[in-house]
Amino acid sequence: MSTTTPNGETDRWAAGVISYKQMGYWRPDYEPSDTDIIAAFRVTPQKGVDPEEAGAAVAGESSTATWTVVWTDRLTDHTRYQGKCYRVDPVPGNPEQWIAYIAYDLDLFEEGSIANLTSSIIGNVFGFKALKALRLEDMRIPVAYVKTFDGPPHGIVAEREMLNKYGRPLIGCTVKPKLGLSARNYGRVVYEGLRGGLDFTKDDENINSQPFMRWRERFLYCMEAIERAQERTGEIKGHYMNVTAASMEDMYERAEFAKELGNIIVMMDLTVGFTAMTSMSKWARRNGVLLHLHRAGHGTYTRQKNHGISFRVIAKWCRLLGVDHIHAGTVVGKLEGDPNMVAGYYDVLRDDFIPANPANGIYFDQHWASMPGVMPVASGGIHAGQTHQLIHYLGEDSILQFGGGTIGHPMGIAAGGEANRVAVEACIKARNEGRELFTEGEQILRDAAAHSPALLAALDTWGSVTFDYESTDTADVAPTPS
Amino acid sequence: MITQGTFAFLPDLDDDEIEAQLRYAIDQGWAISIELTDDPHPRNIYWELWGLPMFDLSDAGAALQEVQACREAFPQQYIKVNAFDASKGRETIALSFLVQRPAEEPGFRLDRQHGPGRTNHYVTHPYVADRPHGERYQ
Repeated sequence: MSTTTPNGETDRWAAGVISYKQMGYWRPDYEPSDTDIIAAFRVTPQKGVDPEEAGAAVAGESSTATWTVVWTDRLTDHTRYQGKCYRVDPVPGNPEQWIAYIAYDLDLFEEGSIANLTSSIIGNVFGFKALKALRLEDMRIPVAYVKTFDGPPHGIVAEREMLNKYGRPLIGCTVKPKLGLSARNYGRVVYEGLRGGLDFTKDDENINSQPFMRWRERFLYCMEAIERAQERTGEIKGHYMNVTAASMEDMYERAEFAKELGNIIVMMDLTVGFTAMTSMSKWARRNGVLLHLHRAGHGTYTRQKNHGISFRVIAKWCRLLGVDHIHAGTVVGKLEGDPNMVAGYYDVLRDDFIPANPANGIYFDQHWASMPGVMPVASGGIHAGQTHQLIHYLGEDSILQFGGGTIGHPMGIAAGGEANRVAVEACIKARNEGRELFTEGEQILRDAAAHSPALLAALDTWGSVTFDYESTDTADVAPTPS
Repeated sequence: MITQGTFAFLPDLDDDEIEAQLRYAIDQGWAISIELTDDPHPRNIYWELWGLPMFDLSDAGAALQEVQACREAFPQQYIKVNAFDASKGRETIALSFLVQRPAEEPGFRLDRQHGPGRTNHYVTHPYVADRPHGERYQ
């Protein structure tokens, strides 16, 4: 039980349970320093828990606190190590939710370790009983911490120079069906797509090394396909060879083989975890191989607005630990993605400075201190008929991955690749000529199709296909129309 | 036919279309540069420079005249326009497209040297590379 001092205040150091606020985790007077890591949490407190106490509890449980007072705190400079909730804002239109801002001293975190950062920030606190739900919305990573990470093995500029491809989005395709093809048949899809006009083809996230196709066989046939396509086109091509495996040793073995064959890119899945991804990042930099990341599994914790982690936070962590590509949403395709939210992810991945922007869900100014940008990948239910919208929303430093939209082309896979490439080039050319892609795009594509039967067939097959569902993850504020 | 460059899959750009792209690049603050080669190997990075990048040029028409002069001097080579963006965070080529290709493009041969474990060592060989520079595209 807590005791009180003669002047009526709770005794901070008496044995027993006191509120997190009383323990010093609610600090409305605190001004975050330039080197603090700051987090914005969306907090839904249990009934009867006031928002300041909820914010203080999150600060406490994600830093030094345990459920009761411990005298050993007094052996430390404890106020420095305490997470400090310094502000709690109500969420407009949602009386149950609050945004709690928490500052953490840089000394709480190991240099260059996303595993350590996440063990603190999302370690225990998401299961905390006093909260109904909790979501990590954004983090301000101070430059002092940014500089302890390697970042992307290559980044956007180095990748374009490696590929000798500039001024337009890169174009890829995931091999389908994603499961069941033999290695020889699989390589056929790669060859046809690449010779047709794609820059990259891709293993899907769950293509690793199954009974129907072992990884080594797949790599051999895909390399033959890449080399043949390069010979046919005079362009540099690649296939994202998925090295995701049960252990780091297996992943290194597969990546080494991809490198020895001469492929320029490997991929891994988010499911391997932050430490494995960081290890692969160091490998990729050491070996001059591009590193693609498929965000397999992220929807389990990024999608629901009241609980989990926003993808913008995952994007920041992945830029820090270092990948060259990351799937970041399409806006127009089959998977979740509000246009403003997706714009925020793309900014986080590519720009050197991202100002706070509530309309895009960006809570904090973020400086990257010249850390190279990550190429965002748009993948999932997109087709050539949406190319103008994709470029409008996503810009040219992006990778557009048309899977079914290549392989399902009525004239064949190569024609699918060609349709996508013609569509992208026509849109970029028209944009550079001063035309407005968003409004004139359909006509631009129709005009381009006059020279390309492949594009014409693609537009006739998929031109009207859209996925208009309401997004679950949207901004709390809407920009005022100007 | 090699498909290098930003607009490789579109019909060859005519001079008006080239000038429009040059104007766009200049309006972005990028410097136009013209390069040529008779070795279209995909990993041939350093094509010959046609003069220095035109850093202070604001007239797309003048840049187009340089393209035309280069074509007249080398009517049977690959010529491309590069636009360099010197802004922080990019500092590389921002746009790069072919403005001339030889009348005949024999393409490449793919050589395979069989190695252990069914691996192949691949060599992409431009047919024209068997002849010396200057005699490759007549």
